[in-house]
Amino acid sequence: MFRILTAFGIGLVFGTGIMISGMANPAKVLNFFDIAGTWDPSLAFVMGGALLVTAIGYRLVFRMPHPVLANGFSLPTRKDIDLRLVGGSAVFGIGWGFSGFCPGGLVPALGLGRFEPFIAAAAILAGMAAYKLATQLTQPKQPIANSSAT
Amino acid sequence: MTEFTPFSALLGGALIGVATVALMAIHGRIAGINGIVSGLFAMPTSPDWGWRAAFIAGMIASPIAMMWVTGSMPAIEVPVEPLLLAIGGFLVGIGASLGSGCTSGHGVCGISRLSARSIVATVTFMATGLVTVFVMRHVIGG
Repeated sequence: MFRILTAFGIGLVFGTGIMISGMANPAKVLNFFDIAGTWDPSLAFVMGGALLVTAIGYRLVFRMPHPVLANGFSLPTRKDIDLRLVGGSAVFGIGWGFSGFCPGGLVPALGLGRFEPFIAAAAILAGMAAYKLATQLTQPKQPIANSSAT
Repeated sequence: MTEFTPFSALLGGALIGVATVALMAIHGRIAGINGIVSGLFAMPTSPDWGWRAAFIAGMIASPIAMMWVTGSMPAIEVPVEPLLLAIGGFLVGIGASLGSGCTSGHGVCGISRLSARSIVATVTFMATGLVTVFVMRHVIGG
């Protein structure tokens, strides 16, 4: 039960950060990408703030023998840079450039009660499902990348 | 036009960082939203389903909590046609799954750990996002 409560609280802080930062606002995200037009560099500051806190915080956290409510840290172990990583990220960026919603920006936007985030969310879930289906059809014995960096 | 908001951007980013660090310190997990949502496709009885669902519920509740505190819902603007939202969303879902991560997983968690994979992924999706918006707004002129 305590794990559920802490996860909810951390999600609440994460979502609040997203909302305050502007990452949930497609107009700002698309303007961040629009260097040749109505450029709004704000989101570089979001990245800067998040990276600064996380880079320092992670270093302190990894000195702990184990997380408070888990036996160990679950970290991605892969080091190779392959076509799936680059190709997948390229497709992700194209989709992000179309919609202005990345998964982290979209989830708190669902709480606003507007219809647009639900369209994007249904489409993202469909994309994930299509990927899982394709993976299961082509590689029936392999587990689905659950140790990945996501 | 959107207003340049460096201070709220920095503050929001720092809060994202605090939550990311807390998830690692308490649960030992990477705060990659695509990965956490993707894990919800598993059976609700699986051991990680509960915290993942609670984390996502907390995120969805955040604008409502902000309304209680500030008295108004945070405003967003979606200058995108529904069809393009759907196409973009579908590509985001496939791309983040194939590339093992999104803005939070690679862009924040991965880069903070100096992961070469995450740095390559982040540079790649930033670049294709930039090119996509350039083509949509200045070549096609949508």
